[in-house]
Amino acid sequence: MTSFLYDTPGPRAKRRNVVYTIVFLAVLGLVAWWVLSAMADKNQLAAEKWTPFVTDSRVWTTYLLPGLTETLKAAALSILIALPLGALLGIGRLSDHRWVRVSTGALVEFFRAIPVLLLMIFANQIYRQFTTVSSDFRPLYAVVTGLVLYNASVIAEVVRAGVLSLPRGQGDAAEALGMRKSQTMLYVLLPQAVTVMLPALVSQLVVIVKDTALGGAMLGFAELLTEGRNITANYGANTIAALTVIALIFIAINFALTSCAGWLEKRLRQGKKSAAVALPAQAGPTDAETKSVSSA
Amino acid sequence: MFDFLDSGQYDLLGAFWVTAKLTFFSAIGSLIWGTALVTMRVSPVPMMRAFGTVYVNVVRNTPLTVVIVACLMCLNQTLLVSLGGKGSEDIGFRLAILGLVAYTGTFVCEALRSGINTVPPGQAEAARALGLSFFQVLTLVVLPQAFRSAVTPLANVLIALTKNTTVAAAISAAEAASLMKKMIEFEADALFAVFAVFAFGFMVLTLPTGLLLGWAAKRLAVKR
Repeated sequence: MTSFLYDTPGPRAKRRNVVYTIVFLAVLGLVAWWVLSAMADKNQLAAEKWTPFVTDSRVWTTYLLPGLTETLKAAALSILIALPLGALLGIGRLSDHRWVRVSTGALVEFFRAIPVLLLMIFANQIYRQFTTVSSDFRPLYAVVTGLVLYNASVIAEVVRAGVLSLPRGQGDAAEALGMRKSQTMLYVLLPQAVTVMLPALVSQLVVIVKDTALGGAMLGFAELLTEGRNITANYGANTIAALTVIALIFIAINFALTSCAGWLEKRLRQGKKSAAVALPAQAGPTDAETKSVSSA
Repeated sequence: MFDFLDSGQYDLLGAFWVTAKLTFFSAIGSLIWGTALVTMRVSPVPMMRAFGTVYVNVVRNTPLTVVIVACLMCLNQTLLVSLGGKGSEDIGFRLAILGLVAYTGTFVCEALRSGINTVPPGQAEAARALGLSFFQVLTLVVLPQAFRSAVTPLANVLIALTKNTTVAAAISAAEAASLMKKMIEFEADALFAVFAVFAFGFMVLTLPTGLLLGWAAKRLAVKR
């Protein structure tokens, strides 16, 4: 891709590259050897720590699959609630009325500036003190609430950027046809903006899936990561094996989502059906970089 | 309502100081690690390119919580790596930095890669025509320009990193989120006040960063 950074390797450069490759592999090998020998030392390479994941279906049916279900349930609920809420907030930020614009803007900026973990802890305590949600469901409620508040405000920014990325003529034409503001938004701007926003929304889903693990670590939400602790407790302290399998499951899901977002972005860029360019898909550390998107 | 601030029972400033330190050290570490990763990703050696790509795609798609919990459970509790820390809070602090650097480095790498893409090919071609080696092209010509145009995405990564330090609470580092969890349970009647204080603390940390670096991005952008 950035091959303009170096010349096409000639015979000497090729030889040098081989040397670099060998040195690099040696360093990687050393690290791997250190890790493996440390693991062997602590008996983590023993077959009985790893084989349950292949031979014993109970690991999957009792721990991993229920945990995965909870993770996906929380993620699905969060995106389903956050999408309409985020769309509403995003439209609010584009309102012609100053007070609507300013108040939704403040709300969005507030929830974007606060770590999602604080929102989860806060929501958990609110449910404990002011509602009768049973303690079994409280973590799920708290995780979903935290994720919805945070992601709705991120989605609001995506929606705003998406609508702003459309050519001005679209709104003007709708106005010329005598459409009301709500009709313009609903029938003209949003449908086009949705296709533009799709990659950014899919990669926001990656952020949501990743953040559900926070609830497991801090609130005792019985998702995939929490089940890892149960596995280690029941299968002879196979910590490394359990966490590796869990990480691989997360990576598989998120990699599929990231690839999907990349594919959508490429497709949108090629097929010029929509009037605007696609917003780039970014799986930000925990946020889509909508600030830079809107100026792009 | 804000009585808990005067009671002297909670070390609020101390907790936010730990958050700030976590952010600072992780930011420096991930800047270095991210630069190393992006160097590998654009290098002429296919093996390094492959490693960079695989590392970024694997780590970026792993939840940070899993990375940090793995640091504690695998590295510390199983392999007995403590990075020279003493006591669970100190070990948690050091391991959290390790996890944050490993994770945030991938985002720094991607931000820098997008920065490299904004440098016109002619710049690197001219440098090569002068006879500079790959490393010289990268360090003397391309990366300085890439850094300047990557200030905005890097600022977003830094803000996200500040917020992500709260995940260190999962491995008992004594930072803001873990103090908030403790306080919110003991000060149940001042629930909203506690949340307001911590929310304010994080806004004080993140909003100026955004404004300052937004201003810096405008100043530093390479005019083309």
